[in-house]
Amino acid sequence: MTATTTAQPAAGAAQAIIAKVQGRAIPVRGNDIDTDRIIPARFLRCVVFDGLGEHSFEDDRLGLKAKGQTHAFDDARFQGAKVLFVNKNFGCGSSREHAPQALMRWGIQAIVGESFAEIFFGNCVSLGIPCFVAGEESLARLMDAAEKNPIAEWSVDVEAGMVKGPVEEAATLPAGPKSQFLSGRWNSLNELLTNLPVVDKVASGLPYVSGW
Amino acid sequence: MGKNLYHKVFDKHSVGKLSSGQYQLFIGLHLIHEVTSPQAFSLLKQRGLKVRYPQRTFATVDHIIPTETRERQRPLKDGLAEEMLVAIEDNTKSNGITFFGEGSGNQGVVHIIGPEMGLTQPGQTIACGDSHTSTHGAFGSLAFGIGTSQVADILATQTMSMSKLKVRKINVTGKLRTGVYAKDVILAIINKLGVNGGVGYAYEYSGPVIAAFSMEERMTLCNMSIEGGARIGYVNPDEKTFSYLKGRKYSPTGAEWDKALAYWKSIATDADAEFDDVVELDGSALEPFVTWGITPAQSLQVTQAIPSVASFPSDERPLIREALEYMSLEEGQSIAGVPVDVVFIGSCTNGRLSDLEEVARLVAGHHVSPKVKALIVPGSMEVQRQAEAKGLKEIFLAAGFQWREPGCSMCLAMNPDKLQGRQICASTSNRNFKGRQGSSSGRTLLMSPAMAAAAAIEGKVADARTVFAYAKEAA
Repeated sequence: MTATTTAQPAAGAAQAIIAKVQGRAIPVRGNDIDTDRIIPARFLRCVVFDGLGEHSFEDDRLGLKAKGQTHAFDDARFQGAKVLFVNKNFGCGSSREHAPQALMRWGIQAIVGESFAEIFFGNCVSLGIPCFVAGEESLARLMDAAEKNPIAEWSVDVEAGMVKGPVEEAATLPAGPKSQFLSGRWNSLNELLTNLPVVDKVASGLPYVSGW
Repeated sequence: MGKNLYHKVFDKHSVGKLSSGQYQLFIGLHLIHEVTSPQAFSLLKQRGLKVRYPQRTFATVDHIIPTETRERQRPLKDGLAEEMLVAIEDNTKSNGITFFGEGSGNQGVVHIIGPEMGLTQPGQTIACGDSHTSTHGAFGSLAFGIGTSQVADILATQTMSMSKLKVRKINVTGKLRTGVYAKDVILAIINKLGVNGGVGYAYEYSGPVIAAFSMEERMTLCNMSIEGGARIGYVNPDEKTFSYLKGRKYSPTGAEWDKALAYWKSIATDADAEFDDVVELDGSALEPFVTWGITPAQSLQVTQAIPSVASFPSDERPLIREALEYMSLEEGQSIAGVPVDVVFIGSCTNGRLSDLEEVARLVAGHHVSPKVKALIVPGSMEVQRQAEAKGLKEIFLAAGFQWREPGCSMCLAMNPDKLQGRQICASTSNRNFKGRQGSSSGRTLLMSPAMAAAAAIEGKVADARTVFAYAKEAA
């Protein structure tokens, strides 16, 4: 039950069980970081998701560079990180799946934050990226620890609801997504497909579908 | 105890519970556009799946399409945009999905064409790979944005997995003053409840202000629900809803109309329905709103000064400082008088005929400031036709506005309409995020079409009620 995955949804049937993500962590501080900031709209001019990873937070990174500062995603110490630490309402705004796709392709496999925007959270579930919720003080400790020791190894445990590294903090997933990750059913398409006869029945009972 | 519309419509569309505890929900109307659908079609192809209910998906092109007539020649100059347009043309054609491209005469912003063709109806579930799908809630439907994985789920099964939300009733009481619009009401709601106040909720908008709104005003209101974190916002259907729908292209007719009416009335919230939360807002007290920061909640009334950093809770202050720095604005500065470089009137929030009619009524006889580039972008070809038939184009051109072809334009700048450098834009769109309008340092002030028109005339943020002497009109 400890299989980790690169979380790339296979085109087909089998999905990995996601019980634990292990690796380095990267903090991106700030509340209300919207999906336009995670992946600016100009990179949505594409018909595939390939190549989005390198453009994650592109304008934020350029903006800081211009001021002589370094965004965590440009910081050599955090390259190769798999766990992202964020603050409140992460992923608000546009429903673009390009945002979690970009983070995933950069290497992120799990996110721990104070709270998440709803559409972003759901998109992450579909891609096999668990988004854990922890308290404000927990996030402060996690981010401080990751910045102090960027090469530290962290482990994010879906079942136990724990983030362990230089510090340990409780971090939870709602029961539904938790069971989806643990049973390898985080992308719901397969399960939706199994119920098609019931779908047709429900559809025919809707007056506007059946033709009044 | 009665039920509210959210639960009635959700339950009618529920196929059953999934192993995750979420529901499998049937989607009655699926709208797609060129940005969030190509990868979904690719996935279906890869898995050998067919579109299950092609007649329940409708497509258009809006985000990437240029709004200058000469730039709409095919192939589009931007090769990537052309590739996306070809992809949606091919994907819809090969899967038997209706596509409203330019040739159909019905191309436009997806959230404008759905209602205007009568596709959007009460009691439906409506999904689209676009967060402003909440717009369609104005008709008493459950309408919400989804990601591309769910677009694939819906194409393949006409269903998606979803948890039940809580429902918050937002009761807007009183009567709006002259010069205060639906845009101001939703900006006030977001200001009051915050950009994440609606996470986990569907919003039911009600009260005398909402009842008095036209359908187009209700669409503006519901459109920005997601900016307050609520994935769904809706208004119960009433006589205004029904009369709007009568005679539209996809509206039922004859005996079917009567059956539809019965269904639409049956899904409205019962008088004794309970809510998870109720919020009251005094509509009579509102004045025109303008955003000053980088989230739609960072706003104030045009008569006010930008609040001090210290007036915010300590955990919000870093974001407030970041916003002030990005916008080059200062605490205590009054928002009126802030110079603007560009004015954008359009988008799924405010690109409908009534928005344009109001702007035309106000700007007739005025002229855009020579310092300002001002665009008016109709939300659809139908809005464009009607506006032109009513002579609005001439009024706009005479006042110094540019009159464009329909599309999302400068709302998110995936097309040639973009801010340059640190330009500041008075915009009727829905998001003032950093870089949203196409320049990574560009700045956006959200406001109503009337306020944007006033900014265009004055070259700076100005109270439309003063600029256009509304008092005379009201008297």
